[in-house]
Amino acid sequence: MADKNMPMREALRMALREEMIRDERVFVMGEEVGAWQGTHRVTRGFLEEFGEKRVRDTPISEMAIAGAAVGAAMAGLRPVAEIMTINFAFLSLDAIINHAAKIHYMFNGQFRVPMVIRAASGWGDQATATHSHTPEPIFAHFPGLYVGCPATPRDAKGMLKAAIRDDNPVLFTESIALYPKPGLVPEEDDFVLPIGKADIKREGRHVTLVTYARGVEWSLQAAEQLAKEGVECEVVDLRWLRPLDTATVFESFQKTNRCVVVEESLPYYSVGSEIAAQLQEHMFDYMDAPVKRVSAMDVPLPYAREIELMALPNAQKVVDAVREII
Amino acid sequence: MAEIDKPMLLEWYRQMFLIRQFENQCDVLYKEKKITGVYMHLYSGLEATGVGAVAALRPSDHVITAYRDHGIALARGMDPKVAMAEMMGKRTGCSGGKGGSMHLASREHNFWGGYAIVGGHLPLAAGIALESRYNGKDDVVLSFIGDGATNNGYFHEAVNLSAVWDLPVVWLIENNGYGMGTPVEVASGQPELHKRAVAYGIKDMGRVDGQNVVDVYNVVTKAVEYARKKGPVLIESLTYRYKGHGVSDRSYDKLAELRDWQQKDPILVLQDYLCKHFECIEEELKDIERAEMAAVHAAVEFAEDSEAPTYDDLISHVYVEE
Repeated sequence: MADKNMPMREALRMALREEMIRDERVFVMGEEVGAWQGTHRVTRGFLEEFGEKRVRDTPISEMAIAGAAVGAAMAGLRPVAEIMTINFAFLSLDAIINHAAKIHYMFNGQFRVPMVIRAASGWGDQATATHSHTPEPIFAHFPGLYVGCPATPRDAKGMLKAAIRDDNPVLFTESIALYPKPGLVPEEDDFVLPIGKADIKREGRHVTLVTYARGVEWSLQAAEQLAKEGVECEVVDLRWLRPLDTATVFESFQKTNRCVVVEESLPYYSVGSEIAAQLQEHMFDYMDAPVKRVSAMDVPLPYAREIELMALPNAQKVVDAVREII
Repeated sequence: MAEIDKPMLLEWYRQMFLIRQFENQCDVLYKEKKITGVYMHLYSGLEATGVGAVAALRPSDHVITAYRDHGIALARGMDPKVAMAEMMGKRTGCSGGKGGSMHLASREHNFWGGYAIVGGHLPLAAGIALESRYNGKDDVVLSFIGDGATNNGYFHEAVNLSAVWDLPVVWLIENNGYGMGTPVEVASGQPELHKRAVAYGIKDMGRVDGQNVVDVYNVVTKAVEYARKKGPVLIESLTYRYKGHGVSDRSYDKLAELRDWQQKDPILVLQDYLCKHFECIEEELKDIERAEMAAVHAAVEFAEDSEAPTYDDLISHVYVEE
């Protein structure tokens, strides 16, 4: 089968649909996933195809959505719970962190929690302070949970299928800005990408750009521009914040000896902080320059377009950061 | 409903006596620093509620509770040895010494655990009940709820979800009068907690005397049948905790109140019932008591002789590794 061009939302829909056909235990639940066809249209047509038993609209109850998914998963189902946007997952933090991520360990392996929480993430659309989060690093802080953040439609399909098939709880965030972006997607229904494996999105020998999700696009644009000046960037798309593929990052760094971390999230206690710490701890002898970080500005996000965009990372900020260490 | 006969009553007596002995022993072991840690919440005084409610279930039904979980675990059939080993943090404990007092669980008994975040297990109960409906089974979930948990968001969201999804859950409030140190009347705008059922459009099965195991069994049996066939039910059991909230509790003076409740101690209530209905039962009860005291001593010995967890235990089961 050939690859097919489609936006990320369609790739996600394809993955979810294939897994529901493949495994009766897989079902979706969340706000507006059924009759409304999904806020982000990822579950479009599902209610008609799979029926009310497997496409379950919920009340606006984020604690119960995540918590009931935990219980259903423990009992043997494989829920894919949608939290409409990651901003509302703060209401589910206890169910995700204290329950989903801990139950397998706390009861010494008696229970498994094979669930996926899907949530739209990201900002830049004047959604204002409470609706403009990319808090994936908060979730990646906790052992027991996997955190996946795809950057392309192809990855979105392969990663979501892996998440659904895995026996561990996965927080899976989908960048709102990337939902409409097209890309080639394998049509095979056994296309599954391994959990915890990063991907080199562009090869280069001068600087390693470590990034994920929406940061991949900014990094690739920056690499394109810098290539014209003879600076070749290697773009490492982490894909998963947990497990974190430090091996791929280290391998690239050993070649380039320089690194810029690019992320949509806030700068403090971030993926940038973690990668910088890992590199200085394990790759000190290879280090030719300080690790730079390009991230959101350290402010709550405002409404007005002019100032919101000032806070958002972009390709030019990545170019500037690379120039500082070349 | 199964006729309540003598063997059932004696079995309940056995379980209640075992729980009381187990908890008394835990109290002693904590003072001797053989059980350590900062959390231990004893079930003494609540035995009739746990035993009567669990007795109304089939083995394929499910039970889940909060952190005051020792009594529920034992009522559901957990071996006191593995329960005591967990209390002492040994690798032979039901949770390998990684869960402790608040995290007893036994998959083989469909006892889904004790949970330490107030209200945190309530949506889990809903999810477990969903699996039953989803797969066309008629198993129900019995979810214990502390009175304090009825004031947190989990209660509202989980009970409402059980209503809109018609889930087979028996929500059983153990109203022991206090959420930590705060009286129910101070914490709840509607202190008759069972009345909350009206807000969710679910079956309100009222209040039951939580000191009387027969009464608890009868009402929970009706609730289980209702949940199996129809949907969620809410019951409020009125009971009392003899040992306060937990071991880290500041002691507070409620001696008069405690004495009142001890007048209707669940074990004494059952003793009276048995003596009224059966002649010459005293010797049988004594035999049961001797056997259960021996069982608790054997449990302590087993736990003391067990090994502590190792480094391999520390790092295992973080993830499911295949």
